[in-house]
Amino acid sequence: MTSLLEVEGVTKRFRGVIAVDSVTFEVPQGAIFAVIGPNGAGKTTLFNTIAGMFAPDTGSIAFSGERIDGLAPNEICARGIARTFQIVRPFPALSVEDNVIVGALLHRRDVGAARQCAQALLRRLDLFDKRRQLAANLTLPDRKHLEVARALATEPRLLLLDEVMAGLRPTETDRMVATLREINRESGLTILLIEHVMRAVMALASRVLVLDHGTAIAEGTPEAIVRDPAVVQSYLGAETE
Amino acid sequence: MTDLWSSIPQRGRVTLLVLIALLLAAPMALDRYLISIFVLIFYYAYVGQAWNLLMGFAGQLSLGHALYAGLGGYVAALLWFYFGIGPWLGVFAAVAVAAMFGAAVGWLGFRFGIEGVYFALLTIAFAEFTRIAFDNMPFTGGAGGLFLLYDAQRSHEWWNLRGGPLLFYYIGLVLAAAAAVLTAWLARSRIGFQWLAVREDQQAALALGIDAFRVKMIAMLISSSMTAIGGVLLTFYYNNLFPTQAFDIGRSIEIILAPIIGGLGTIFGPIVGAFILTPLGEGLIALTGSLGIDAPGAKAVFYGLTLMVIITLRPDGVWPWLKRLLALTEVKS
Repeated sequence: MTSLLEVEGVTKRFRGVIAVDSVTFEVPQGAIFAVIGPNGAGKTTLFNTIAGMFAPDTGSIAFSGERIDGLAPNEICARGIARTFQIVRPFPALSVEDNVIVGALLHRRDVGAARQCAQALLRRLDLFDKRRQLAANLTLPDRKHLEVARALATEPRLLLLDEVMAGLRPTETDRMVATLREINRESGLTILLIEHVMRAVMALASRVLVLDHGTAIAEGTPEAIVRDPAVVQSYLGAETE
Repeated sequence: MTDLWSSIPQRGRVTLLVLIALLLAAPMALDRYLISIFVLIFYYAYVGQAWNLLMGFAGQLSLGHALYAGLGGYVAALLWFYFGIGPWLGVFAAVAVAAMFGAAVGWLGFRFGIEGVYFALLTIAFAEFTRIAFDNMPFTGGAGGLFLLYDAQRSHEWWNLRGGPLLFYYIGLVLAAAAAVLTAWLARSRIGFQWLAVREDQQAALALGIDAFRVKMIAMLISSSMTAIGGVLLTFYYNNLFPTQAFDIGRSIEIILAPIIGGLGTIFGPIVGAFILTPLGEGLIALTGSLGIDAPGAKAVFYGLTLMVIITLRPDGVWPWLKRLLALTEVKS
């Protein structure tokens, strides 16, 4: 299997604090890959580095064979990497539909065509009936759905999901998991997700990377990860002798 | 274009057609003074629309739009004054110069991430230093101003913008209407959506692949170019130009009041705002005059108070409220 995303020795420091410390991993084409870890482990920083919000201090990031580290966020999106934000950022004064149209206009010039694409995605993410509401008036779960719909509208080859399940009820989580699996299966979309909700990680991911204090402490299948002593220690604390 | 028309509900279309017909016929019933008020209404509706495009849609606050109006006016006036080149040709040079300044302001602001009030300060600074430059340039008349001679023999040369209020009435009307149509068309196109996205949340817009620098520059170029055309019109209407007036921050504020009062980021906001503010200003002059209050600034105090009342009652502008009141809400496909 070829790798769509190759992260090689990426380090990101903030004024002396090492948020991400020489992290290396590869996301195979078509995979659903999860990054987990306790709060402050550097997951979102790693995401932001991949998405171009800042360049890594050292290391390289390649997307389908081409270096993308140091590119601006809009250039990275144009190359086929879409992302959602942990703290959702819909365009509040725009309707739900218009939010998604903005994404769909990346590869379309015609607003009418973008609207059709947006409506199809809104159906898929259970927002079609709410498409005329202002995004500001949506509930949190709906905003999470909108965030995903808008990212998908840019027709990415890699989707970065930053804690889209956080704040969802278990039934809503299952629904989201089902939708993501469906999209992954039908279109072969590669998904890289940060997630705290282990129920979703176990159901979705084919591979899991565990970050702790900025370093990768384990990588493997979900089943192997939950039995890994290093992971157990970082989540539950060291066993006292 | 047909899309635009069909997006307006039936009631709105009828109202719009009646209004246009009334405005076309109005000069027959109006005297010179009233016509001159309408010229100002159209002017403010037009330049307000230009500013609204940048602020209301692309979300960039300019407090120095007098710069583009002033430059437009000066360039066209100088070409006429020195070389006898008429404003219909001069307007192209006027637009080019104003767009260059707009590009400079935009490039500095957008490239270096100067945002919000800091961007506004940058726009003020450009207008101010241009004012000082024009104050000291002899060939523009310096602080003493530039005067376009009123030659009675040429007063029929409408193609050189020589004429009375009636000529400017119709040009102003056409400009204001054209600006509204252009804005409406842009707002529904790809760039319009991208402007709104940048206005609402630039980080999120970038994450959706929007080149925020590029779309903001486009807004800046269109807005400064449009404003320059307004400046040409006003200059040939008044036949004089002074740096202290043309580039003054007070002039910049006048430009932005109509869209704010009427409704930011709406197509009809600047028009509604201009129809409220200009008559209000004129009415207050008449009122304070007839009441015998000739204290300096009396008009400004009343004007300011009225604006405060309107903003307090209709913080989103008058047009969104008026639209609901008249049930002219847009139908969406």
